[in-house]
Amino acid sequence: MTAALNIFTVLAVSAGTFFFLAGTVGLLRFPNTLTRLHALTKADNVGLGLVVFGLLPLVEWPFGALKLIAVWLLVQLSGSIIAQLIAIIVRREES
Amino acid sequence: MAAFIFNVVLVALLLAVATWVITSRAAFSAVVAFVAYGLLLAIVWVELSAIDIALTEAAIGGGVTGMLLLGAASRLRETEATAVSTSVPLRLTAAVLCALITAGLAAIVLFPPNTVFTLAPDAMAHLLESGLGNPVAGVLFVYRAFDTLLEKAVLVLALVGVWSLAPDRFWGGIPGLQVYQQPNSVLTLLSQILPPVGIVVGIYMFWTGANNPGGAFQGGTVLAAMWLLVMISGLQRVPSTNRRALRLLVIVGPAIFLAIGLVGFALAGGFLAYPAGYAKPLIIVAEAALTLSIGVTLGLLAAGPPERMRQR
Amino acid sequence: MTSFLTGAACVVLAATALGLLRILYGPADADRMMAAQLLGTGGVAVLLLLAAATESPATVDVALMLALLAAFASVAFVSSGPRSQGKIPPAMDPR
Repeated sequence: MTAALNIFTVLAVSAGTFFFLAGTVGLLRFPNTLTRLHALTKADNVGLGLVVFGLLPLVEWPFGALKLIAVWLLVQLSGSIIAQLIAIIVRREES
Repeated sequence: MAAFIFNVVLVALLLAVATWVITSRAAFSAVVAFVAYGLLLAIVWVELSAIDIALTEAAIGGGVTGMLLLGAASRLRETEATAVSTSVPLRLTAAVLCALITAGLAAIVLFPPNTVFTLAPDAMAHLLESGLGNPVAGVLFVYRAFDTLLEKAVLVLALVGVWSLAPDRFWGGIPGLQVYQQPNSVLTLLSQILPPVGIVVGIYMFWTGANNPGGAFQGGTVLAAMWLLVMISGLQRVPSTNRRALRLLVIVGPAIFLAIGLVGFALAGGFLAYPAGYAKPLIIVAEAALTLSIGVTLGLLAAGPPERMRQR
Repeated sequence: MTSFLTGAACVVLAATALGLLRILYGPADADRMMAAQLLGTGGVAVLLLLAAATESPATVDVALMLALLAAFASVAFVSSGPRSQGKIPPAMDPR
């Protein structure tokens, strides 16, 4: 059982790390600000989500797990709203 | 091995970001790099097992200081073109002096004296008598409570100092906090959802500080950040600094702490001495009041000096 | 598992740090702010991984703090950004 959980953690955390790398590559290589913003929010949501998902078997249940999920939800909430706000500023500066 | 590589990467990053902060041409990118520096430093504190400091660094260095500096950078933007750059000899002198300080610190860390005198075992041994489980809280409120009292008074003085930057005719007026100009935007959504969570987290930070890393200062900073968020988004008006309730909130924390200290004369034989068995409740009461005061004081500090009077 | 988690933290740290190059290049101020935002999210992931690696639940509190307040600097950027009182383009206006 623990071996299976360990494999699950390794896979999920690796996938999350991959999304963070993808977010960085997007931030550096995409052509304009709005597309870079899109790459950024993917790292926020999916990357951190996979990392949290992978860490769930390792923390104490239930409150440790709930805290991890709460952190992820907070980052998602603020990250997506910040993306909207930055996009408004970029649009305003373009026009 | 992995931990060593991690620390090397962290330190290299820290140096690179610090270099960028100093050498950047534009104020704005230097400020953003400084915010990044604060975030990295929080991770460094965690690696050094100083979680309480990491909490404070994440809150203040990442949040409140970033906000202050960004506001300053945007105000300086108009004058940036005409800024006079400092001469090379002056910069060389500054660099040499900084290098000397660094060398001195490195010498202390790398070549410590043979017998290291430390009070840590004694401090941990007596901690349980006070009922606290967090050694940092023990140092702050039991062993060095006098320093903590003075620090809280310094916060109030700093606030008065910031207020005194305003022209005389605006004393007691409304701070010039930069408010987001579009009402009913998505920022309003954030500042309706986040503050309730933030208030719970702030109270949790204060409450857990007795036995785990945390404490009044970290909790107060979260409360201040939530209040600032609500003001920036326009959901609440920035209060006028001559409101009596506001000023009472600022001083209630230090005042209660001082009162507990004076009561120590009567009940336990010394200033800030706690009667046996009552140490933890008294400390909790003091910390609760301090959390509230620190929240209000930090929020007002970040809001800045008054810039206009309330229209009557 | 501990060295895997620390290694993953190292990779995430390096990835988001590479994104900081955007502070160097980024033509617009928004690009620079996005790099700091990415570091905030990456920092949360790094702290969660470290918390699982060193088995200290207090580090999750630091991640929680960072999640709450990292967006705060971005909010300050958005509200202090261009002092122009431009209108929101109709496409982005929620009303």
